[in-house]
Amino acid sequence: MIRAQDVSVRLGEREVLSGVGLHVRRGEWTAVIGPNGAGKSTLLKALMGLVRHRGEILLDSRPAATLKPRARARLVAYAPQAPALPPEMTVFDYALLGRTPYIPYLGRESAHDREVTESVLDRLDLGELAMRRVGELSGGERQRVVLARALAQEAPVLLLDEPTTALDLGHQQQVLELVDRLRRADGLTVVTTLHDLTVAGLYADALLLLAGGRAVAAGEPSQVLTEEAVGRHFDAHVKIEPGPDGRPVVHLVRGGP
Amino acid sequence: MVTRARPSRARPLWVACALGVLAASMLAGLLDGAADISPWQVVLQVADWLPFGHVDSGLAPVEQGLLFELRLPRVLVAAVVGGLLAVAGAAYQGVFRNPLADPYLLGAAAGAGLATTAAIVLLPSSAASIPLAAFVGALGGVFLAYTLGNTAGRAGGTATLVLAGVAVTSFLTAIQTFVQQFNVEELQRVYAWILGDVGGGWEQLWLVLPYAAVSSVVLLLHGRMLDVLSVGDEEAAGLGVRAARVRFTVLLAASLATAAAVAVSGLIGFVGIVVPHVVRRLAGGSYRIVLPLSLIGGAAFLVLADLVARTVLAPAELPIGVVTMFVGAPFFVGVLRMTRRAVT
Ligand SMILES: Nc1ncnc2c1ncn2[C@@H]1O[C@H](COP(=O)(O)OP(=O)(O)OP(=O)(O)O)[C@@H](O)[C@H]1O
Ligand SMILES: [Mg+2]
Repeated sequence: MIRAQDVSVRLGEREVLSGVGLHVRRGEWTAVIGPNGAGKSTLLKALMGLVRHRGEILLDSRPAATLKPRARARLVAYAPQAPALPPEMTVFDYALLGRTPYIPYLGRESAHDREVTESVLDRLDLGELAMRRVGELSGGERQRVVLARALAQEAPVLLLDEPTTALDLGHQQQVLELVDRLRRADGLTVVTTLHDLTVAGLYADALLLLAGGRAVAAGEPSQVLTEEAVGRHFDAHVKIEPGPDGRPVVHLVRGGP
Repeated sequence: MVTRARPSRARPLWVACALGVLAASMLAGLLDGAADISPWQVVLQVADWLPFGHVDSGLAPVEQGLLFELRLPRVLVAAVVGGLLAVAGAAYQGVFRNPLADPYLLGAAAGAGLATTAAIVLLPSSAASIPLAAFVGALGGVFLAYTLGNTAGRAGGTATLVLAGVAVTSFLTAIQTFVQQFNVEELQRVYAWILGDVGGGWEQLWLVLPYAAVSSVVLLLHGRMLDVLSVGDEEAAGLGVRAARVRFTVLLAASLATAAAVAVSGLIGFVGIVVPHVVRRLAGGSYRIVLPLSLIGGAAFLVLADLVARTVLAPAELPIGVVTMFVGAPFFVGVLRMTRRAVT
């Protein structure tokens, strides 16, 4: 579904990504991990066509560069790490923005667009908040509203940049489970950046470890999440054990490094 | 059960209320404190003017003539200009994602000011050249700022556009001041123009109407798009919208509206900022609400401002631009206080 080869991005004077490859099959979940500033968000933006990049990106076997903006938006939905939330807008209006690629340029939304938005809000526990203003929400509520907008887009590819950083444990699980269900039921292809390595290993089929703008490891969670790799690239002292389902669990070790 | 969520839109009730206020203001504008004419007679007279048949208002031909030749065009010009400035202001605020943007942000005022000053100085006897000069000057100022902003920065970025507007404004204003210094005897006329006047008669109305119609239709159609722009260019792109294109179209229409308003009425301040804000406070922040209600509310506001301008010092007239600021500022503060919200 996504095939990116040799993607490089220059921002200003700096080479932020160099020669990164990513291959995600339909219905798969890949988590992009790496320390702050590694280029994770930039990689998602490149996939979304929001930054100038070199290298080739295929979305659904079509060169991404040739897709028209609306067609691309129907194919890929993106929830940014630091979204701009217009404080005066209602939660419903904001989530409804996700339907933009389906609404004619000067037209208005259809009943179907409203239904989709409503059901997404309900699924994210936001039904009660629908008529509240976005500026009045808590951090976690905001994050779910942004996710709602992305889900309302009903695109087969979902790019989520840190979708759970502000969420409490229960909502974190709820959001990740929801994405996982959608992926299984509708065959969504998911790419998320995640800082919680255990969570990344728990939900993703594959991990891509970025460091300094390069892909330094990729593959199944148990192959990528090694004490050695995490220690080196995150500069952290950790202990990694297989959890009950065999997936790696990352523990911080006190006193290091 | 929670109330069913609905997308924001100008609800018929709100539109009806706004139209009611507008109709009442226009009626008051037509009456203008004349003791011998009753409101009902004016209503009848208006019905008589409409092309559906004859209604006897009982007004003398002289009174009819006064209403038709002087007050009616004046009220209508005030309404059209007020509506245009308010809707253009709202559009500028949407495009620049800045609630303090006004229709003169991109050099329209400075361009019109310079061109009009030049027209007054170079063609002192031809009053007819002023609207044309103001119109061309306003569009010229915006064009200059837009081109400058787009060549200096990232295509269509808003920050550089605003800065270009600032640069163009001070540059053109400097030239205007320079020209004025050498033609002090014309200063009075330049200032009279700057402070605004909607008493130009039917001619002015026909001048402004085509531009008013086209630009307001285009702007009203872009309400949803301005909502999309409010999440920023990058996220708008993620939703399949080319922000720079939307911005160009909206700026074009809003600048046309501004130029048309400036051409017939000079530089009337405050309408473009106050009215959209009052609407936002009272009815909601979505541009699908703000644009149509600003159009109607701006019309009502300027009709009333003109009424004040004509009556407080009668028979002398205050410049309407002075009234909009003098009345507008406290009114604005009042609305802000009334709708005060906990701001963090
Ligand atoms: N517009 C820009 N101009 C120059 N450098 C930039 C720009 N945007 C990001 N960078 C740099 O690019 C690098 C990668 O940024 P990116 O946002 O992709 O990191 P990240 O992996 O998402 O980090 P985090 O975990 O903190 O979100 C950083 O060093 C950042 O400083
Ligand atoms: Mg990031």
